[in-house]
Amino acid sequence: MEMVGHNTLVVLLGATALGLAAGMVGCFMVLRRRALVSDALSHATLPGIVTAFLTGLALGIDGRSLPLLLAGAAISGVIAVLTIQAIKRWTRLTEDAAIGAVLSVFFGAGVVLLSVVQELPAANAAGLKGFIFGQTAAMRSGEAMGLGALALVAAALIWLFFKEFRLLAFDEGFARAAGWPTGRIDLALMALVTLVTVVGLQTVGLVLIIALLITPAATARFWTDDLAAMLIIAGGVGAVSGGVGALLSSRFADLPAGAIIVLVATSLFFISLIIAPSRGLLGRSLRRARLRRALLARGITG
Amino acid sequence: MTLDAATFLSVDLPALLAALFACLSCALVGNFLVLRRQALMGDAISHAVLPGIVAGFLVAGTRDTVPMLAGALTAALVAGVMIELVRRLGRVEAGAAMGVVFTGLFALGVVLIEQGPARQIDLDADCVLYGQLEAILWLAPNGWSDLTDPALWATLPRQVVQLVAVFALCLVIILIFLKELTLVCFDPALADTLGLKSGLVQHGIVGLAALAAIAAFEAVGSILVIAMLICPAATARLYTDRMGTQLVVSLLVGGVTGLGGYALAAFGPSLLGYDMAVNAAGSIAVLAGVILGLSILLAPRYGVLARATGRAMRGAAA
Repeated sequence: MEMVGHNTLVVLLGATALGLAAGMVGCFMVLRRRALVSDALSHATLPGIVTAFLTGLALGIDGRSLPLLLAGAAISGVIAVLTIQAIKRWTRLTEDAAIGAVLSVFFGAGVVLLSVVQELPAANAAGLKGFIFGQTAAMRSGEAMGLGALALVAAALIWLFFKEFRLLAFDEGFARAAGWPTGRIDLALMALVTLVTVVGLQTVGLVLIIALLITPAATARFWTDDLAAMLIIAGGVGAVSGGVGALLSSRFADLPAGAIIVLVATSLFFISLIIAPSRGLLGRSLRRARLRRALLARGITG
Repeated sequence: MTLDAATFLSVDLPALLAALFACLSCALVGNFLVLRRQALMGDAISHAVLPGIVAGFLVAGTRDTVPMLAGALTAALVAGVMIELVRRLGRVEAGAAMGVVFTGLFALGVVLIEQGPARQIDLDADCVLYGQLEAILWLAPNGWSDLTDPALWATLPRQVVQLVAVFALCLVIILIFLKELTLVCFDPALADTLGLKSGLVQHGIVGLAALAAIAAFEAVGSILVIAMLICPAATARLYTDRMGTQLVVSLLVGGVTGLGGYALAAFGPSLLGYDMAVNAAGSIAVLAGVILGLSILLAPRYGVLARATGRAMRGAAA
């Protein structure tokens, strides 16, 4: 640790905590086949962020106050997710079309608002763009502690509602029939995903936070069929990606942290796709070869 | 803002034409993505082309269009193949497979942008997101009478010519293969038994979408590409069950949104008394969303209101 300066350490710990939180929470999105809802959610935060900024200006508060911006992000993200669900439920359009339409229209609205902000003489919009691509390297110790708290909250909520979340992830129909309040559990889960997305935005940006929610969870799925193990592995993959990515980017000036974090996660995904014993390529083809030999040995061919 | 003919012809007309044809190409091709429930392929493609564009620039060393478009097309193909491989070999659900692949490629693009030569020019991520509709200029015409001169039309900006050509190409391909495409969209099993390779047609659809997306990308940016691939087709879906009508309605919606969205962005604020223009690509996307939203509510047969009153009437009759 002698080699690592204070600033680097802060970024390292913050990115690790964010990876841990996003990896765990993302498991439920992937298992519920909702991976791309997080895509829509994160793109849809932009109009909320800019509206919050403009509201702040109008009210005379500093528009760049972080709680205000994050509240705006959360509100428009939630509206987007609810809109997708409403379109899916009330119209003949399928979920993919609903997600794509909502994602692009909300983001378009954000871009229009952003161009308004840039024309305002009083406004300093420099910080707002950081939300699109993230600014990991600019993390201060307060933010890192916020990310640490996020990881703790996520882990605690998952631990508390483990049974409920598991039911919802694997057999929603049964859960509803058995009298579980699936609507409310779903809402709690979406709240958790929104929280992670919104808090992670300014670290890795709104495109790459999607990767932290999807990739570690999809990676963990190759290694296990057990939810508890999957949560631990996904959290681990996320944390390692965050830590290694932040470290690499602090060593090499032209490696932007957010993108490197995602590339580490993507590499772990492809490595797992090939070597994971349970559902990886090698494991599966070894098992198939063994089965074939066993069948041939018994004289069953076909 | 006073609107004189020379400014309109050299600034707004080329941008309007670019917006119109970008929207028409994407709307046309988007029908098949929406009908095949592949709408998010458009999303994935438009994020995944980023590394290709930057790599094209890094290899060629100039901001020339051809290498960048070649890079984008390569990246789109790589993305398509990788998504398919991850789905098949890894048995990963389609949404997660797309998510993993396109975010990975996007991250790669962000890293490439930060490398030496790419940094020095304005190949920043902004133009990838928003496009440069406002930067397409046609300096030749000075007044309305100039438009009758055919020699002048030969000086149309390259982006506009390119978008018109891609739209024509997409239209021709789709008209030639309309029967096959319709069959694969509505009954892939029947298509397979008839000896039509639905998998091959599917690849063709994704390839066509990539072509339209990349041609439109440079002018209008990635958000507008996603909006235009999905919203007009989804809107048309609410009005009809026939393929022909679906295509015509989506083209109408695409065209109206392209022209209307640009006009709103360029002239709307000044009509309200503000001396500014807002981002045109974003405004077109928002208009597409408004039209889709109104259609969801008001469409005669499949709209929410029509369905609700239909239910109420059936209830009253019973």
